[in-house]
Amino acid sequence: MKWGVLQFPGSCDERDALNACQLAGGGGEGLARLVWHEETDLSGLDGIVVPGGFSYGDYLRAGAIARFSPAMTAVADFAAEGGFVLGICNGFQVLCESGLLPGALLTNERTRFICRQGDLVVGEADSPFLAGFEAGQTISIPFKHQSGRFFAPPELLDEIESRGQVAFRYAPGQNPNGSLNDIAGVTNEAGNVLGLMPHPEHAVEAFSGSTDGLALFRGPALSGAGA
Amino acid sequence: MIQARVLIRPKEGILDAQGKAVEGALPALGFDGIGQVRVGRIVELEAESADRLEELCEKLLANPLIEDYEIETIG
Repeated sequence: MKWGVLQFPGSCDERDALNACQLAGGGGEGLARLVWHEETDLSGLDGIVVPGGFSYGDYLRAGAIARFSPAMTAVADFAAEGGFVLGICNGFQVLCESGLLPGALLTNERTRFICRQGDLVVGEADSPFLAGFEAGQTISIPFKHQSGRFFAPPELLDEIESRGQVAFRYAPGQNPNGSLNDIAGVTNEAGNVLGLMPHPEHAVEAFSGSTDGLALFRGPALSGAGA
Repeated sequence: MIQARVLIRPKEGILDAQGKAVEGALPALGFDGIGQVRVGRIVELEAESADRLEELCEKLLANPLIEDYEIETIG
Protein backbone atom coordinates (compact mmCIF):
# COMPACT_ATOMS: atom_id res chain seq x y z
CA MET A 1 0.00 0.00 0.00
CA LYS A 2 1.62 3.24 -1.12
CA TRP A 3 0.20 6.58 -0.02
CA GLY A 4 0.40 10.08 -1.38
CA VAL A 5 -0.21 12.97 0.99
CA LEU A 6 -1.36 16.17 -0.69
CA GLN A 7 0.38 19.39 0.20
CA PHE A 8 -1.32 22.72 -0.50
CA PRO A 9 0.07 26.12 0.37
CA GLY A 10 -1.26 26.42 3.92
CA SER A 11 -1.39 22.71 4.73
CA CYS A 12 0.11 22.01 8.14
CA ASP A 13 -0.57 18.38 9.05
CA GLU A 14 0.96 16.71 6.02
CA ARG A 15 4.12 15.57 7.85
CA ASP A 16 2.15 13.81 10.57
CA ALA A 17 -0.05 12.19 7.91
CA LEU A 18 3.06 11.02 6.06
CA ASN A 19 4.42 9.55 9.29
CA ALA A 20 1.09 7.83 10.02
CA CYS A 21 0.99 6.23 6.55
CA GLN A 22 4.55 5.00 6.94
CA LEU A 23 3.96 3.59 10.44
CA ALA A 24 0.76 1.91 9.29
CA GLY A 25 2.68 0.08 6.61
CA GLY A 26 5.30 -1.13 9.08
CA GLY A 27 7.72 1.78 8.67
CA GLY A 28 9.80 3.02 5.79
CA GLU A 29 10.01 6.18 3.76
CA GLY A 30 9.06 4.40 0.55
CA LEU A 31 5.52 3.80 1.83
CA ALA A 32 4.34 7.38 1.41
CA ARG A 33 5.32 10.56 -0.37
CA LEU A 34 4.13 14.17 -0.50
CA VAL A 35 2.13 15.28 -3.54
CA TRP A 36 2.45 19.02 -4.27
CA HIS A 37 -0.83 20.71 -5.17
CA GLU A 38 0.27 21.29 -8.76
CA GLU A 39 1.00 17.60 -9.39
CA THR A 40 -1.46 15.55 -11.40
CA ASP A 41 0.36 12.22 -11.74
CA LEU A 42 -0.85 9.89 -9.01
CA SER A 43 0.35 6.72 -10.72
CA GLY A 44 1.84 4.14 -8.39
CA LEU A 45 -0.24 5.35 -5.45
CA ASP A 46 -2.96 3.25 -3.79
CA GLY A 47 -4.23 5.83 -1.35
CA ILE A 48 -4.34 9.61 -0.98
CA VAL A 49 -4.53 11.63 2.22
CA VAL A 50 -5.90 15.16 1.95
CA PRO A 51 -4.42 16.59 5.16
CA GLY A 52 -5.41 19.21 7.68
CA GLY A 53 -4.38 22.83 7.67
CA PHE A 54 -5.59 25.98 5.97
CA SER A 55 -5.30 25.31 2.24
CA TYR A 56 -4.90 28.54 0.26
CA GLY A 57 -5.55 30.41 3.49
CA ASP A 58 -9.07 28.96 3.65
CA TYR A 59 -10.19 32.12 1.85
CA LEU A 60 -13.86 32.31 0.86
CA ARG A 61 -14.75 29.06 2.70
CA ALA A 62 -12.55 26.34 4.13
CA GLY A 63 -11.58 24.05 1.26
CA ALA A 64 -13.34 26.07 -1.44
CA ILE A 65 -10.25 27.04 -3.41
CA ALA A 66 -8.26 23.84 -2.87
CA ARG A 67 -11.02 22.00 -4.64
CA PHE A 68 -9.89 23.59 -7.93
CA SER A 69 -6.21 22.68 -7.57
CA PRO A 70 -4.67 20.43 -10.26
CA ALA A 71 -3.98 17.75 -7.64
CA MET A 72 -7.62 17.66 -6.51
CA THR A 73 -8.80 17.25 -10.10
CA ALA A 74 -6.52 14.21 -10.28
CA VAL A 75 -7.82 12.98 -6.91
CA ALA A 76 -11.41 13.13 -8.19
CA ASP A 77 -10.46 10.82 -11.08
CA PHE A 78 -8.46 8.64 -8.68
CA ALA A 79 -11.49 8.28 -6.39
CA ALA A 80 -13.81 7.53 -9.30
CA GLU A 81 -11.52 4.64 -10.23
CA GLY A 82 -11.81 3.24 -6.70
CA GLY A 83 -8.61 4.66 -5.19
CA PHE A 84 -8.63 5.22 -1.42
CA VAL A 85 -9.00 8.83 -0.36
CA LEU A 86 -8.86 9.94 3.27
CA GLY A 87 -9.64 13.57 4.13
CA ILE A 88 -8.74 14.84 7.58
CA CYS A 89 -10.03 18.14 8.97
CA ASN A 90 -9.33 20.68 6.21
CA GLY A 91 -9.07 17.66 3.89
CA PHE A 92 -12.61 16.66 4.89
CA GLN A 93 -13.74 20.20 4.08
CA VAL A 94 -12.00 19.99 0.69
CA LEU A 95 -13.67 16.64 -0.11
CA CYS A 96 -17.11 18.03 0.80
CA GLU A 97 -16.53 21.14 -1.30
CA SER A 98 -15.43 18.87 -4.16
CA GLY A 99 -18.62 16.87 -3.97
CA LEU A 100 -16.63 13.68 -3.28
CA LEU A 101 -18.35 13.50 0.10
CA PRO A 102 -21.84 14.63 1.07
CA GLY A 103 -22.54 17.58 3.35
CA ALA A 104 -20.71 20.71 4.43
CA LEU A 105 -18.69 21.90 7.42
CA LEU A 106 -19.78 25.11 9.13
CA THR A 107 -18.15 27.28 11.79
CA ASN A 108 -18.36 25.59 15.21
CA GLU A 109 -21.54 26.39 17.09
CA ARG A 110 -19.57 28.44 19.64
CA THR A 111 -17.20 29.87 16.99
CA ARG A 112 -14.15 28.83 19.05
CA PHE A 113 -11.16 26.87 17.84
CA ILE A 114 -11.24 23.52 19.64
CA CYS A 115 -8.04 21.68 20.53
CA ARG A 116 -8.39 18.73 22.87
CA GLN A 117 -8.36 14.94 23.05
CA GLY A 118 -11.80 13.38 22.67
CA ASP A 119 -13.67 10.18 21.96
CA LEU A 120 -15.31 8.96 18.78
CA VAL A 121 -17.59 6.01 18.23
CA VAL A 122 -16.93 4.02 15.07
CA GLY A 123 -19.99 4.11 12.81
CA GLU A 124 -21.74 1.54 10.73
CA ALA A 125 -20.28 2.54 7.37
CA ASP A 126 -19.17 -0.28 5.11
CA SER A 127 -15.75 1.08 4.19
CA PRO A 128 -12.32 -0.56 3.83
CA PHE A 129 -10.97 2.28 5.98
CA LEU A 130 -12.88 0.84 8.94
CA ALA A 131 -11.57 -2.71 8.55
CA GLY A 132 -9.33 -2.30 11.61
CA PHE A 133 -12.20 -1.21 13.87
CA GLU A 134 -15.35 -2.79 15.26
CA ALA A 135 -18.59 -0.89 14.71
CA GLY A 136 -19.50 0.77 18.01
CA GLN A 137 -15.90 0.81 19.25
CA THR A 138 -14.81 3.98 21.08
CA ILE A 139 -11.49 5.52 20.09
CA SER A 140 -9.52 8.45 21.51
CA ILE A 141 -8.11 11.02 19.08
CA PRO A 142 -7.50 14.79 19.01
CA PHE A 143 -10.21 17.27 18.01
CA LYS A 144 -8.60 20.37 16.47
CA HIS A 145 -10.70 22.67 14.32
CA GLN A 146 -12.84 25.79 14.09
CA SER A 147 -15.13 24.89 11.20
CA GLY A 148 -16.18 21.35 11.95
CA ARG A 149 -19.94 21.55 12.36
CA PHE A 150 -21.22 18.85 10.00
CA PHE A 151 -24.35 19.92 8.18
CA ALA A 152 -26.57 18.43 5.51
CA PRO A 153 -30.11 19.43 4.56
CA PRO A 154 -32.74 17.04 6.02
CA GLU A 155 -33.20 14.90 2.87
CA LEU A 156 -29.45 14.50 2.39
CA LEU A 157 -28.92 13.74 6.08
CA ASP A 158 -31.57 11.01 5.85
CA GLU A 159 -29.78 9.55 2.83
CA ILE A 160 -26.42 9.57 4.61
CA GLU A 161 -27.96 7.77 7.58
CA SER A 162 -30.07 5.29 5.62
CA ARG A 163 -27.22 4.36 3.29
CA GLY A 164 -24.95 3.77 6.28
CA GLN A 165 -22.39 6.42 5.33
CA VAL A 166 -21.59 7.57 8.87
CA ALA A 167 -18.01 6.57 9.63
CA PHE A 168 -17.60 8.21 13.04
CA ARG A 169 -19.74 10.00 15.60
CA TYR A 170 -18.64 12.06 18.55
CA ALA A 171 -19.11 9.98 21.69
CA PRO A 172 -22.28 10.77 23.67
CA GLY A 173 -22.00 14.19 25.30
CA GLN A 174 -18.80 15.06 23.41
CA ASN A 175 -20.11 16.75 20.27
CA PRO A 176 -17.77 19.76 20.31
CA ASN A 177 -19.20 21.84 17.48
CA GLY A 178 -22.92 21.26 16.94
CA SER A 179 -22.57 18.67 14.17
CA LEU A 180 -25.90 17.16 13.15
CA ASN A 181 -26.48 13.66 14.55
CA ASP A 182 -23.05 13.93 16.26
CA ILE A 183 -21.45 13.13 12.89
CA ALA A 184 -17.65 13.42 12.94
CA GLY A 185 -16.91 11.60 9.68
CA VAL A 186 -18.66 10.18 6.62
CA THR A 187 -17.87 8.04 3.59
CA ASN A 188 -19.02 8.24 0.00
CA GLU A 189 -21.53 5.66 -1.20
CA ALA A 190 -18.82 3.29 -2.42
CA GLY A 191 -16.85 3.53 0.84
CA ASN A 192 -13.47 4.28 -0.78
CA VAL A 193 -13.56 7.96 0.22
CA LEU A 194 -13.71 8.88 3.91
CA GLY A 195 -13.50 12.24 5.62
CA LEU A 196 -13.44 13.16 9.30
CA MET A 197 -12.81 16.30 11.34
CA PRO A 198 -10.72 14.80 14.19
CA HIS A 199 -7.09 13.89 13.65
CA PRO A 200 -6.12 10.19 13.48
CA GLU A 201 -2.66 11.16 12.19
CA HIS A 202 -1.91 12.76 15.57
CA ALA A 203 -2.81 9.52 17.38
CA VAL A 204 -0.35 6.98 16.01
CA GLU A 205 2.46 6.94 18.58
CA ALA A 206 2.27 6.19 22.30
CA PHE A 207 4.01 9.41 23.38
CA SER A 208 1.02 11.45 22.23
CA GLY A 209 -1.36 9.49 24.46
CA SER A 210 -3.21 7.33 21.95
CA THR A 211 -2.43 5.11 18.98
CA ASP A 212 -6.08 4.61 18.04
CA GLY A 213 -5.68 6.53 14.78
CA LEU A 214 -3.31 4.00 13.26
CA ALA A 215 -6.05 1.49 12.44
CA LEU A 216 -7.64 3.95 10.02
CA PHE A 217 -4.47 4.06 7.93
CA ARG A 218 -4.20 0.28 8.09
CA GLY A 219 -7.81 -0.25 7.03
CA PRO A 220 -7.44 -0.48 3.24
CA ALA A 221 -4.59 -3.01 3.47
CA LEU A 222 -6.38 -5.02 6.18
CA SER A 223 -9.55 -5.19 4.13
CA GLY A 224 -7.57 -6.87 1.38
CA ALA A 225 -8.63 -4.11 -0.98
CA GLY A 226 -5.34 -2.21 -0.72
CA ALA A 227 -2.50 -3.50 -2.86
CA MET B 1 -16.90 45.31 -18.76
CA ILE B 2 -19.65 45.09 -16.22
CA GLN B 3 -19.29 45.47 -12.51
CA ALA B 4 -21.20 43.11 -10.30
CA ARG B 5 -21.70 42.63 -6.61
CA VAL B 6 -22.51 39.22 -5.21
CA LEU B 7 -24.15 39.03 -1.80
CA ILE B 8 -23.72 35.67 -0.07
CA ARG B 9 -25.44 34.76 3.16
CA PRO B 10 -26.20 31.69 5.25
CA LYS B 11 -29.41 29.94 4.25
CA GLU B 12 -32.46 30.52 6.41
CA GLY B 13 -32.69 27.98 9.17
CA ILE B 14 -28.96 27.30 9.40
CA LEU B 15 -27.42 28.44 12.66
CA ASP B 16 -25.18 31.39 11.78
CA ALA B 17 -22.53 31.13 14.49
CA GLN B 18 -20.84 34.41 13.49
CA GLY B 19 -24.13 36.28 13.53
CA LYS B 20 -24.92 34.86 16.96
CA ALA B 21 -21.51 35.89 18.29
CA VAL B 22 -22.00 39.46 17.04
CA GLU B 23 -25.52 39.54 18.43
CA GLY B 24 -24.32 38.26 21.79
CA ALA B 25 -21.77 41.08 22.06
CA LEU B 26 -24.26 43.90 21.42
CA PRO B 27 -25.78 44.37 24.90
CA ALA B 28 -22.34 44.68 26.47
CA LEU B 29 -21.60 47.49 24.02
CA GLY B 30 -24.79 49.31 24.87
CA PHE B 31 -26.74 48.37 21.74
CA ASP B 32 -30.14 47.20 22.89
CA GLY B 33 -33.09 46.17 20.79
CA ILE B 34 -31.05 44.60 17.97
CA GLY B 35 -31.55 40.95 17.02
CA GLN B 36 -31.56 38.42 14.19
CA VAL B 37 -28.00 39.38 13.19
CA ARG B 38 -26.71 37.41 10.22
CA VAL B 39 -23.21 37.68 8.82
CA GLY B 40 -22.56 37.07 5.14
CA ARG B 41 -20.06 38.45 2.67
CA ILE B 42 -19.93 40.59 -0.45
CA VAL B 43 -17.78 39.84 -3.48
CA GLU B 44 -17.31 42.64 -5.99
CA LEU B 45 -15.96 41.82 -9.42
CA GLU B 46 -15.65 42.94 -13.02
CA ALA B 47 -16.57 40.64 -15.88
CA GLU B 48 -16.72 40.82 -19.66
CA SER B 49 -20.27 39.56 -19.49
CA ALA B 50 -22.78 38.43 -16.91
CA ASP B 51 -23.29 35.12 -18.71
CA ARG B 52 -21.34 32.87 -16.36
CA LEU B 53 -21.76 34.70 -13.08
CA GLU B 54 -24.42 32.35 -11.85
CA GLU B 55 -22.20 29.34 -12.60
CA LEU B 56 -19.35 31.11 -10.79
CA CYS B 57 -21.57 31.52 -7.74
CA GLU B 58 -22.75 27.92 -7.80
CA LYS B 59 -19.25 26.49 -8.19
CA LEU B 60 -17.07 28.78 -6.12
CA LEU B 61 -18.40 31.95 -4.52
CA ALA B 62 -21.21 30.24 -2.64
CA ASN B 63 -21.82 26.70 -1.42
CA PRO B 64 -25.45 26.14 -2.46
CA LEU B 65 -25.91 23.57 0.29
CA ILE B 66 -25.50 26.17 3.01
CA GLU B 67 -25.61 29.61 1.38
CA ASP B 68 -27.92 31.76 -0.76
CA TYR B 69 -26.57 34.36 -3.15
CA GLU B 70 -27.83 37.36 -5.07
CA ILE B 71 -26.06 38.87 -8.07
CA GLU B 72 -26.47 42.59 -8.59
CA THR B 73 -25.07 44.45 -11.59
CA ILE B 74 -23.78 47.79 -10.38
CA GLY B 75 -22.17 49.26 -13.48
